[in-house]
Amino acid sequence: MSQSFDSSNVRKAILDQQKSQDRRKMLLNGVLLLLLLAAPFAMYPVFLMKILCFALFAVAFNLLFGFTGLLSFGHAAFLASGGYTTGYLLSNYSGLTTEMGIIAGTLVATLLGLAFALLSIRRQGIYFAMVTLALAQLVYFFFVQSAFTGGEDGMHGIPRGHLFGLIDLSDNMNMYYFVLTVFIACYLLVQRIVSSPYGQVLKAIKQNEPRAVSLGYNVDRYKTLAFVISAALAGLAGSMKSVVFQLASLNDAHWHMSGEVILMTLVGGMGTLLGPVIGATFVVNIEYQLSQGPLRDWVDPILGGIFVLTVLAFRSGIVGEIQKFMRKNLG
Amino acid sequence: MSMIFGVPLAVLSGQLLIGFINGAFYALLSLGLAIIFGLLKIINFAHGAMYMLGALVTVVLFNTLGVNYWVALFLAPLLVGAFGVLIEYFLLRRIAGQDHIYSLLLTFGVALIIQGVLTNIYGVSGLRYAMPDMFKGGFKLDFMFLPYYRAWVIVVALLVCFGTWFVIEKTKLGAYLRAGTEDSQLMQGFGINVPLLVSLTYGFGVALAAFAGVLAAPIYSVTPGMGANTLIVVFAVVVIGGMGSIGGAIITGILMGVIEGLTKTFYPPASSAVIFLVMVVVLMFRPAGLFGKEA
Repeated sequence: MSQSFDSSNVRKAILDQQKSQDRRKMLLNGVLLLLLLAAPFAMYPVFLMKILCFALFAVAFNLLFGFTGLLSFGHAAFLASGGYTTGYLLSNYSGLTTEMGIIAGTLVATLLGLAFALLSIRRQGIYFAMVTLALAQLVYFFFVQSAFTGGEDGMHGIPRGHLFGLIDLSDNMNMYYFVLTVFIACYLLVQRIVSSPYGQVLKAIKQNEPRAVSLGYNVDRYKTLAFVISAALAGLAGSMKSVVFQLASLNDAHWHMSGEVILMTLVGGMGTLLGPVIGATFVVNIEYQLSQGPLRDWVDPILGGIFVLTVLAFRSGIVGEIQKFMRKNLG
Repeated sequence: MSMIFGVPLAVLSGQLLIGFINGAFYALLSLGLAIIFGLLKIINFAHGAMYMLGALVTVVLFNTLGVNYWVALFLAPLLVGAFGVLIEYFLLRRIAGQDHIYSLLLTFGVALIIQGVLTNIYGVSGLRYAMPDMFKGGFKLDFMFLPYYRAWVIVVALLVCFGTWFVIEKTKLGAYLRAGTEDSQLMQGFGINVPLLVSLTYGFGVALAAFAGVLAAPIYSVTPGMGANTLIVVFAVVVIGGMGSIGGAIITGILMGVIEGLTKTFYPPASSAVIFLVMVVVLMFRPAGLFGKEA
């Protein structure tokens, strides 16, 4: 036993370590922010916006999957309902400004999320995944049958309009910085949620639900709220996507899309804040690169292969593995 | 012509028959899912792909080697079952101790690979499989025409379902299986080779799906994507029936097929969605499913 052992020293050391970690995180976030601000001068803004929309979608999904431990296989329904609602409103009511259309789309997705949650939240694990998948398929059939979605053809020529009636969004740069602002706001919101006492309860539910119950938490209500927030953000992503591309189609509602967002989150690192963003960037890029080359017909099997590889070999994803490495080597 | 609720009897019975056949397929598929779920505690997302493989193998065996229907009926499930054993041995086993969600994601990835690769080889348009000669024609009943092949599908599917139920519920092998479901570690302690049992169970569940695929080959168009959408319907069937019982899976499957057929007669636009609507209603009133035990 060391004589000079002093608990206050230990505490100070832990605090110092915490501080240096925080500083590192701040630095990292600052660099990323600068990169995002400068990116449209180096790359095609529409492609960047596509990445941001999917990143937001994955961040939303990760709040539920990574932090609460609920695997929803139906998140495409929220992406699509947001996109279709916004697209329909902006196409048919020229008096609406863009942000009103987006807010309306988000609201519809939120309500749909509440309906999904009420039906599914009491089911556990893979059962929950199956129920959400089936519910999303119901929504898909609804969109296929409805006249306003344009069925198989999709919804084309959605006007981008003016933000607050002032800023012309048909300009790609304006559009990009609007999407970026919304994305960063949502990212910070999720960060805030996850580190709040509420977020701690979500993590507790993920790690040991019976214990969370026995501590007196009404886990169903916590999970429902997480589901609704996640659905709302996914709907917001879909709404923005339909404005960016001026297009909403059945692809967004298909279960394939629900699978894709799982892949993004898993590859990037579930349960980390930055993971889904990295994962979305990775998957969108891979799809784009493949679609340009001789392997354009092999996108699906390659994504499937990445799925299998990720599950077998690196379940913590890109960010998770880096964190593990840092912890081991940098302390 | 006699009418029922404003629908000609012949139309109604025709749709009921189609519903019954679809129900037989749902029953076979959800039965396989239920068996795999029982022992491995995973939802086999590749089940639709295995169903498709069964049909595709039948067509390809016929086109390249001239293998006839009856041989394919045994050979295709055997081949696909063996393929399933390999998947279990090389992939699923590696993540056996992990959260069950991972095995769902793994099988999802496997399904994407199988479907994607086969789409590149065989295209999306669908292959045709000629009806075996002995099944041409049908019974002329006074209210409808019943093709021989459809009658055969219903009979053989029900027989296989019943046989499987019998083996699992009434025989010693089935007792091992059920015991393994309850407590696989204890089973291992009694000297039963549980890993082997798990492999074979996965293979058998998958072979059931392939068997359904063979039955489907002469009546549906065989495409690499045929299993994907069917699988989601079967998921809904499984949720409705509940995972608790083998018999429940069979009954619910047939029931849902018939309900789908009835909807096609009376309100066609809802026919592809009706099973999911039933699922919503069941979830509201019996969250564990019609035959399930509360998990």
